[in-house]
Amino acid sequence: MPPYAGPPVARSDDIAGTVRLLACILLAIGLMVLDHQAQWVKKARGHAELLVEPLWEVAGMPAQLGRTVRDDAATLGRLTKENDTLRNALLIERARNARLQAAAAENARLRGLLGAAEQGGLDVQLAPILDIALDPNRQRLTLDVGASAGVREGQAVIDAGGLIGQVTRVRRSSAEVLLLTDPSHAVPVAVSRNGIRLVVYGRGDHLELANIPMSADVKVGDLIVTSGLGERFPPGFPVGTVSRLEPDASRTFLIGVLTPAAQLDRGRDVLLLRGRQVAAQAPAAAATGRPDPGASPGPAPASAGASTPAAGTAPATVTTPAASAPAAPPASAPRSDPPPAVSAPAASAANRPAAGMASPAPATEPAR
Amino acid sequence: MSRARKPWLLPVSLLLGLLLGLLPLPEAVVPLRPYWLALVLAYWLLEDHGRIGLGGVFALGLFADLAYGSLLGEQALRLSAMFFILQRFRAQMRFYPMPQQALAIGGLLLNDMILAAAIDFAFGGPPPPWLAWLSPLVGAVLWPMLFVALDAVRVGRRR
Repeated sequence: MPPYAGPPVARSDDIAGTVRLLACILLAIGLMVLDHQAQWVKKARGHAELLVEPLWEVAGMPAQLGRTVRDDAATLGRLTKENDTLRNALLIERARNARLQAAAAENARLRGLLGAAEQGGLDVQLAPILDIALDPNRQRLTLDVGASAGVREGQAVIDAGGLIGQVTRVRRSSAEVLLLTDPSHAVPVAVSRNGIRLVVYGRGDHLELANIPMSADVKVGDLIVTSGLGERFPPGFPVGTVSRLEPDASRTFLIGVLTPAAQLDRGRDVLLLRGRQVAAQAPAAAATGRPDPGASPGPAPASAGASTPAAGTAPATVTTPAASAPAAPPASAPRSDPPPAVSAPAASAANRPAAGMASPAPATEPAR
Repeated sequence: MSRARKPWLLPVSLLLGLLLGLLPLPEAVVPLRPYWLALVLAYWLLEDHGRIGLGGVFALGLFADLAYGSLLGEQALRLSAMFFILQRFRAQMRFYPMPQQALAIGGLLLNDMILAAAIDFAFGGPPPPWLAWLSPLVGAVLWPMLFVALDAVRVGRRR
């Protein structure tokens, strides 16, 4: 069969080959369309991906090994320094936490006054990122936990800074996270300062606030948090800060460019939010871990959380005094990239008391 | 030329090609990553013709789609097209001197890039980053090394 040189290949053979190629192309196109549209193909694909999981594990190994080696090679000096910074950060956090408790107590009281529904505690799960490169056209992460660890589709994914994205696909021992920056991603958000509701779209490498009315009170530097509308994302998680505002093509709306609050391209672990109705308090605790623009993320989410059941504009009044309360200003203190391994438990530890206080009924001793 | 002396090499090298495509790289060079799987497949199609048919290539493509998380069928289509072209020009390409062969492979990969971009475009994806258009060149540069390495393993030291 193998013709080593020259053209003499039978004509009919040629035609048969072409026909087979055409058949393949048609089949492939059909598959792509189905994969793009039909739900059952996606499901079948989910099953088939079980086959590929070991491959990912292997592909992720070198990176993991590299990390281990790098970690091990960290010098004592660096560790001591880090220890110092962390201790400092801890002190500051303690102080801030004390303030937060006061704020939480006040908040609980106010919420009681408002008669808002009780909010459950924040239940998070630490999930390591599996470091492999998938299709670069889509902004995705692969997590090293899957259905066997209780991960569900649609779960919101956060880090210490704020929202990262959502779980879009779950396999047995891995899961896929669609990042906020993916072009197919949109999040209903609110400006934490005044509760104006907008939508943030992913634009590949940045986030964009689209269709801001010219008259809307949105400024550069505003913190944008999830609004909780659409019930995909719980309210009150920082999404980003407005870094630029410019008129759009039609010149009737503004477009805002956001700096993401979460570190989308860094870190090894993320937090998966569990549970339907998530307390807005806890993310506040997690968010204050990063002192970025003056700790305002802290109390803001709480108010946004309260807002969900209530009217949209109500929280604004709650926000303003609360936002100014934790005035802890050390702008540069624990900025040192907090090792997620530390920040994550810290976040979950911090949120437990916070969550306890958030729910007015059970553990109120610290609050009162 | 003893064929199939090492029957394990084909699947192993293809698997390696798949893995190389998955390995994490620094963000800046990711678009430059050559299409490893295609390179390895091209070697086998040129050198040990007949071990993989169109059906095999298609199945391999589907598997790669699963592994890379691309649209199911995308790589199946791309690899099938490549199979077809390689089969057409196999007789000539086999006897090209190495630089020319590498160039031809580069052209093949470029064609593949265009196909991939077209598919992406058809399904509403974003255009590939401009750096990605250099990846066929990287593939062409790597081709001689890959060829020599695979040949060395397959037929023992020749030289």
